[in-house]
Amino acid sequence: MAKITIDKEKCKGCFLCVGVCPKARIKAEKTLNKKGVNPVTFEDKGDCLGCSFCAIICPDCCIEVYK
Amino acid sequence: MDKIYAHPGSLRNTTTHYCPGCGHGIAHKLVCQVIDELAIRESVIAIAPVGCAVLAYDYWDFDCTEAAHGRALAVATAIKRVRPQNIVFTYQGDGDLAAIGTNETIHAANRGENLTVIFINNAVYGMTGGQMAPTTLAGQKTATTPLGRDVKIQGYPLKISELLTQLPGVCYVERVSLQSPTEIIKAKKAIKLAFENQINKAGFSLVEVLSPCPTYWGLSPVKSMAWIKDVMSKEFPLGRIK
Ligand SMILES: Cc1ncc(C[n+]2csc(CCOP(=O)(O)OP(=O)(O)O)c2C)c(N)n1
Ligand code: SF4
Repeated sequence: MAKITIDKEKCKGCFLCVGVCPKARIKAEKTLNKKGVNPVTFEDKGDCLGCSFCAIICPDCCIEVYK
Repeated sequence: MDKIYAHPGSLRNTTTHYCPGCGHGIAHKLVCQVIDELAIRESVIAIAPVGCAVLAYDYWDFDCTEAAHGRALAVATAIKRVRPQNIVFTYQGDGDLAAIGTNETIHAANRGENLTVIFINNAVYGMTGGQMAPTTLAGQKTATTPLGRDVKIQGYPLKISELLTQLPGVCYVERVSLQSPTEIIKAKKAIKLAFENQINKAGFSLVEVLSPCPTYWGLSPVKSMAWIKDVMSKEFPLGRIK
């Protein structure tokens, strides 16, 4: 069991995390954040590996990982 | 559940001015992770460059100073000689380190100064609007090479890392990339070694980081990472050079 948390107000919407998640559990959110960008959101289906790939590639350090 | 990937303590929890997908943010984080792991936050002194990373001192929560464009290694030399007990590093773009600062770079390396250099190669001048850098690839379109870099007119991409390896004062040179999580993990190891070398008084260490500038490459952040993998790293091969 693992999960991630995302600081959606810091997210700049680069979507680098979306492409590296082996389980494709990170998606663009439909609502805008205060910066006016669509941040990413985590769809928890209980199969997050805790690989931390999303957090490693995030240029804005918005993601933390728990396992 | 335990937190297995946390925000580094020495990186301020603030929004940076960098563009979405810019590699400077990843490189800043790696530097902070290494400084935290080596427990050198109290003794480290950073020299920020002129370039997009000019405000790095606003993001790093340790002692930092700023140098005039290209002069980071001259400032670092002075600080390290006066305060040899401190761990001194420069963080410089390709315009800063390999164009206006070539002189300072080569002579600091040749003197074998016991310093750590984080060299961000994004193949353009980001801060000033995407002009050609010494590291711009042949054929690459920039603000000052709108038809693509013509090597007959603008010369070839400058491989300053390879040039530096010929100098006896240079201890360690490695080229890494931010193109994927696996390469970022390798980049962190290289940065750590470059700091450990200084702690062990081994001499001049430089890590060249291939880093995306999606804004002036005219590519999305995801496509910029693919461009490093498919194009840029063919011209600038990854791995340990010395
Ligand atoms: C003495 C001097 N000359 C020129 C400039 C203009 N200038 C500012 S940043 C820069 C180049 C930055 O490019 P690079 O070092 O590659 O860093 P990046 O912005 O791409 O991270 C230049 C030429 C300056 N600030 N000072
Ligand atoms: S211009 Fe390029 S190097 Fe500068 S912050 Fe934007 S993406 Fe980064």
